Amino acid sequence: MIGYTLRRLVQAVVVLIGLTVLVFALEHMIPGNLARAILGPRASPGAIASFDRTNGLQRPVVSQYLTFLSQVVHGNLGYSYRLNQSVDSLVVHELPNDLILVGVALCLALAIAIPLGVAQALRRNRALDHVATGVSFLLYSMPSYWLGLLLIAGLAIGVHVFPPEAPQAASPAGVLADPRALVLPVITLTLVNVALFGRYMRSAAVDTLAQDYVRMARSKGLPERAVLLRHVLRNSLVPVVTLLGLSVPAVLTTGLVVEYVFNFPGLGLTYFNAAVNADYPVELGITVIVGLATVLGSLFADLAYAVLDPRVRYG
Amino acid sequence: MAEIVRETTQSMPDAGPVGQSPYPDLPGEEPGIVRAAVSDGGFGARQPFVAAFMENRTGAAGLGVVVVIATFCFLGPLVYHSDQVHANIALTNLAPGAGHPLGTDANGFDILGRLMVGGQSALEISLAVALVATCFGALWGAVSGFTGGVIDAVMMRIVDVVIAVPAIFLLIYLATVFRPTVPLLIVVLSLLSWLGPARLVRGEALSLRTREFVDAVRVAGGRNSRIVGRHIIPNALGTITVNATFQVADAIIILATLSFLGFGLPPPAVSWGAMLSQGTTYLLDGYWWEVYPAGLMVMVTVVAFNFVGDALRDTLDARLRER
Repeated sequence: MIGYTLRRLVQAVVVLIGLTVLVFALEHMIPGNLARAILGPRASPGAIASFDRTNGLQRPVVSQYLTFLSQVVHGNLGYSYRLNQSVDSLVVHELPNDLILVGVALCLALAIAIPLGVAQALRRNRALDHVATGVSFLLYSMPSYWLGLLLIAGLAIGVHVFPPEAPQAASPAGVLADPRALVLPVITLTLVNVALFGRYMRSAAVDTLAQDYVRMARSKGLPERAVLLRHVLRNSLVPVVTLLGLSVPAVLTTGLVVEYVFNFPGLGLTYFNAAVNADYPVELGITVIVGLATVLGSLFADLAYAVLDPRVRYG
Repeated sequence: MAEIVRETTQSMPDAGPVGQSPYPDLPGEEPGIVRAAVSDGGFGARQPFVAAFMENRTGAAGLGVVVVIATFCFLGPLVYHSDQVHANIALTNLAPGAGHPLGTDANGFDILGRLMVGGQSALEISLAVALVATCFGALWGAVSGFTGGVIDAVMMRIVDVVIAVPAIFLLIYLATVFRPTVPLLIVVLSLLSWLGPARLVRGEALSLRTREFVDAVRVAGGRNSRIVGRHIIPNALGTITVNATFQVADAIIILATLSFLGFGLPPPAVSWGAMLSQGTTYLLDGYWWEVYPAGLMVMVTVVAFNFVGDALRDTLDARLRER
């Protein structure tokens, strides 16, 4: 297990270094030069030269990359010239809001998807199974903003049950203080993830139910409840735990769209606004964070799999 | 949007072996596949395959819908003429009625005609992306898996790096740096979509390279390029085709999302996502015809392609098992 963990950690570090190279390359992909992109089209040659000197842009590319890498490692993600604020302070400020949104939605999604998947597996190819499969197929094929818009049209405009806009407070406490406004964004994100996890859960449970140890548990007279909880559920959860780690990019992508649709004060919306205002440092800084989250997610997935399923370790 | 998860399911040992469905079949439901022992191009005899595919009712329905939508988008404008270039303020926000079966939008464009034109770019771009990404990814994966060793490790780490950033973030960034055009969108979307097929085909190549017919080619003096081009890729063709179908569906969703967020093709280009985005402004006014038709088109098209992909995979699974 230690060897496996180490190997996987080294791999993750290599990928993270690759990620910084990618982001660095993206930064230098801006046509013209960075100084003009930031200072604007009317900047004087003197101002541009001075900007280049301060930011070390006249140095060789490799040396610039190493500076960039050292900054990222030290938690310095750049500076937003439009917001006059460092990107890391933006991240620190807004990440908690995202964690609330994504955390609540993921917990709800799992709370629905796990029992639903097991129920579907138990009543395979009956009405409930077909309905749930059909609905999840539809949800899966919908762009997430379309789902959000349908919910707004139905529950905010059609019937005035929930506000169409997410909480507008900037702080996590303020976001939590307005639970009614949180409902629609959370539902949107939850439904998308239920479609994702439910299907995996169903497949895993169908697979587990066919195993010999389940027949054994039943034949030794274990009550059905115990069979389901102790044998079926526990073993079916293994692929779902893995999927949880691997779903980070999908969840972040949906998060960005949901934040845009509901104007939720999180990193996704900040990324969108930065893109609209050509605020490159913010875009790239958030890209680093998002990439880091993805790499950590897949690392978690692989390690969790090895912990839960010994066959992976020794196989 | 689960395309990322779909791409990464290969690292889960239990994921379905052929293609990448949004719904991976774990073993138990789909008994393990008996791989083809001969190099016959993956499909075997062609006619029975088509027949077997058409027996799958959802697959046939999906294919039918795809054909209908393609006809609607590309042949529709020949029958139903509408001006999608010049705004007409006299005709803004008209409810569906005579002359405009689906009404008009805020610039006076006819919605029905706009759906057709928007669909053209969606289908063209997504098909091109699926083609380019699949070809490149398949080649990358085949070379990586077949070569093995250090080259394989380096090639796969490159895949890991690009996959680490969710596509939409990169797309938005590139759309702010460059002005989106059809070729640019195809290139950028392909750059972000070849990773799935690359991983998938690598997996296939890893198992195929130990097969007898590969040894036979080597004994006969065939070069590596011949093994990859004539044996590895043709044998993985089933997997590749199924994946390409899902790539189309993914590209349509990503493209629609991008244009919904305002980073798609600039006007006068038309896209379903941009129509939706503009229509939402009028959600409160009850102009339903500016929102629902475009959203439904995206959804129906994606469902149809997913149905086709699922059916292709099922048909292929069944055929491989019969051998």
